[in-house]
Amino acid sequence: MKILVCISKTPDTTAKIAFTNNNTKFAGDGVQWIINPYDEWYALVRAIELKEKDASTAVHLVTVGAADTEPIIRKALAIGGDEAIRVNADSHDPYYIATQIAEVARTGGYDLVFTGKETIDYNGSAIGGMVAELLDLPYISLATKFDLNGTTATVVREIEGGEETDEVALPAVVSCQKGVAEQRIPNMKGIMSARTKPLKVVEPVAAEPLTSIVSFELPPAKAGVKLVPADNPAELIRLLHEEARVF
Amino acid sequence: MSVFIFIDHTEGHVKKSSLEALSYGAALAAQLGTTAEGILLGTIASDPAKLGGFGVKKIHHAAQESLNTLDAQVYARLIADIVTPAGEGVLVFPNNVTGKAVAPRVAVRLKAGLVTGVIALPDTANGFVVKKTVFSGKAFANIALNTPFKVIGLNPNAYTVKEGEGSAQIVSVTAASPTPKVKVMSTKTASGEIPLTEAELVVSGGRGLKGPENWGMIEELAHLLGAATACSRPVADAHWRPHNEHVGQTGIAIAPNLYIAIGISGAIQHLAGVNRSKVIVVINKDPEAPFFKAADYGIVGDAFDVVPKMIEAVKKLKGLA
Ligand SMILES: Cc1cc2nc3c(=O)[nH]c(=O)nc-3n(C[C@H](O)[C@H](O)[C@H](O)COP(=O)(O)OP(=O)(O)OC[C@H]3O[C@@H](n4cnc5c(N)ncnc54)[C@H](O)[C@@H]3O)c2cc1C
Ligand SMILES: Nc1ncnc2c1ncn2[C@@H]1O[C@H](COP(=O)(O)O)[C@@H](O)[C@H]1O
Repeated sequence: MKILVCISKTPDTTAKIAFTNNNTKFAGDGVQWIINPYDEWYALVRAIELKEKDASTAVHLVTVGAADTEPIIRKALAIGGDEAIRVNADSHDPYYIATQIAEVARTGGYDLVFTGKETIDYNGSAIGGMVAELLDLPYISLATKFDLNGTTATVVREIEGGEETDEVALPAVVSCQKGVAEQRIPNMKGIMSARTKPLKVVEPVAAEPLTSIVSFELPPAKAGVKLVPADNPAELIRLLHEEARVF
Repeated sequence: MSVFIFIDHTEGHVKKSSLEALSYGAALAAQLGTTAEGILLGTIASDPAKLGGFGVKKIHHAAQESLNTLDAQVYARLIADIVTPAGEGVLVFPNNVTGKAVAPRVAVRLKAGLVTGVIALPDTANGFVVKKTVFSGKAFANIALNTPFKVIGLNPNAYTVKEGEGSAQIVSVTAASPTPKVKVMSTKTASGEIPLTEAELVVSGGRGLKGPENWGMIEELAHLLGAATACSRPVADAHWRPHNEHVGQTGIAIAPNLYIAIGISGAIQHLAGVNRSKVIVVINKDPEAPFFKAADYGIVGDAFDVVPKMIEAVKKLKGLA
C-alpha cells in the first residue's frame, strides 16, 4: 500500500491577517507557519495509523511550494511520513497545484491520495477533487472516518445534516477532516529521524494557472457591541426582533 | 455566454443553498445580458419547470433515479457534457458538501478557472473578478478568472433568494450516466433538524455551560426560534455534543443571519467559523471575553440566569406564554 499525503503550509491559526504591496500580498513576515491543521491532524496521522497496522505501507508526502516550505515538510516527516517530495513552485491557483500533485501521484503509482478538507488560508476545498479528476479516480470528500480492508476503503463522509458510509475500490482520493484521526505531537525520535529522511525536490510540470489574485481586503470593522443589562434579557429579544430584525 | 446553475437537492427538495445559487445565477445572467440555465440531476418531488420562478429560462434535466445519490465522478462528467457545446459560460455551484465534491472536477474537465467560497456577484466591468472569503473568514480575496468557462462555488447564505413568476423549459438529458465507482452503503441524517450550514439562525454553546446536562435550555431556545444548534470545539471533543455541531477553524464554517454564542470565550479559531454571521449575540459572564469584540449585541451575565429569561421573552413574543 502506497499512500500520498498532500501537505500545505499555512499561517498559524492565531496569525494576524494583514496585507502588503498595495493589498496584493499576505504580510507573512514574522508570521509563524504551520502545517495546515487538516493535513497534519487528520490526513497525515490517519496515513501513519494505517502504516502502523500494516508495516508494508509507505507514507509519502507531497507539497507544492518554495524552499521555505521545507521546515513544514520536516515536521511532517517527524510526525511519521517516510519520505517527501517538494514540487518547487509557488502558486495559489488550485488547477496549477492540483496538476503538480496529480503528476507526482501518477508517476509514483499510489493507491491512495489523502488531502486535508481545505487550506485554512485559501479555503478552496478544491485540490482533492481536481487531483481526482486529473487522475480519473473516485473522490470522497470531507471524510470523518477511513478504514481499509485489503484494497477496499470504507469511508464515512459528511453530508448536510448527517453522514454517509461509502465503499470504494482503490485507488482513490480522499479529503480528510475531524474524526478521521487525532492530533499527534512529534516525539524526539521522530524529530531526529526526520533529519535524514529523503526530501526530494522536483521541478514543476508545465501548467497554466487559470485564476489570479487581484487583491485582498479586510472585512469592515464592527460598529461595536451593544450591551444589554443582565437583568433585562427581554430587551435583547426586543432589539433582535425590532432593530436587527433577525426573527 | 450562458450562466449554468447546478441544482442540488435532497429527499426530493431543492436545497436552500441551491435556490440562492439560482437567484445569484439569474442576477449574473442579467448583468451579463445572457440567460440562466439550470442543471438538475436526479428527481425532485415538485415540477422542475417551476424553478423558472427563480429566474432560469431552461433546465437541463437528467431524470434517472440513480442520480439521486452523489457520485462526484458521474456528476462531473454529465455536467461537463451538458455545458461543453456552449463553448463558454459561467457555472454556479452552491459551495456546500455537494458543490465542493463536484465543482473542482467539472472545472478540470472544462479547464475552467475555479473560485469557491464566493460571496458576491462578480465585477464584470473589466474582465471577471469575484470576491471570495479567505483566511477562514478573516479576509476576502478578489480573484480574476480568464478562461472561457468559469466555475464559481457560492457560499451558503451569501446571496438572498429571489422568487418571482416564471416557468422553465425542460430539456431532457438522455446521455447514459457512467457507472458509479463509489458504493453508498448507508446514510444517516438527523431528520427534522435544520442542517447547520443551511440554518438562518444558530444558537451555540461553549464550555461555559459546564456539562451536556445543561443543553436543555440551548435546545429549547433554538427550537423556539427555529434555529439550529452548534457548539465550540472543546464541547464536541468532550462528547457533550455531536461532532457535526462543532463550528470554527477546524469544524464547520457558517454564516447565518443570527449567531447566539452562550458561554463561549470567542477564541480566534472559533471566530474563524462564525465571523461571517450577520448578527452576533454573545452571552458571557466575563466582560473581558474576546467574543464581545466581535459581537453586535451582548449580555454580560450568567447563562444559567440569562438564557431562561430569553426563553420566556421569546415565548411571549411568539404568543406562547
Ligand atoms: C489549531 C486550533 C484549531 C482550533 N479550532 C477550533 C474550532 O474550530 N472551534 C472552536 O470552537 N475552537 C477551536 N480551537 C480551540 C479554541 O482555541 C478555544 O480553546 C475554544 O474555542 C474554547 O472553547 P470555549 O469558548 O467553549 O471554552 P472556554 O475558552 O473555556 O470559554 C468558556 C467561556 O464561558 C464563559 N462562562 C463560564 N461560565 C459561564 C456562565 N455561567 N455563563 C456565561 N458564560 C460563562 C467564560 O467566561 C468563558 O469565556 C482551536 C484551537 C487550535 C489551537
Ligand atoms: N501547495 C500545496 N501542496 C500540497 N498540497 C496542497 C497544497 N495546497 C493544498 N493542498 C492540499 O489540498 C487540500 C485542500 O486545499 P484547498 O483546495 O486549497 O483548500 C489541503 O488540505 C492540502 O492537503
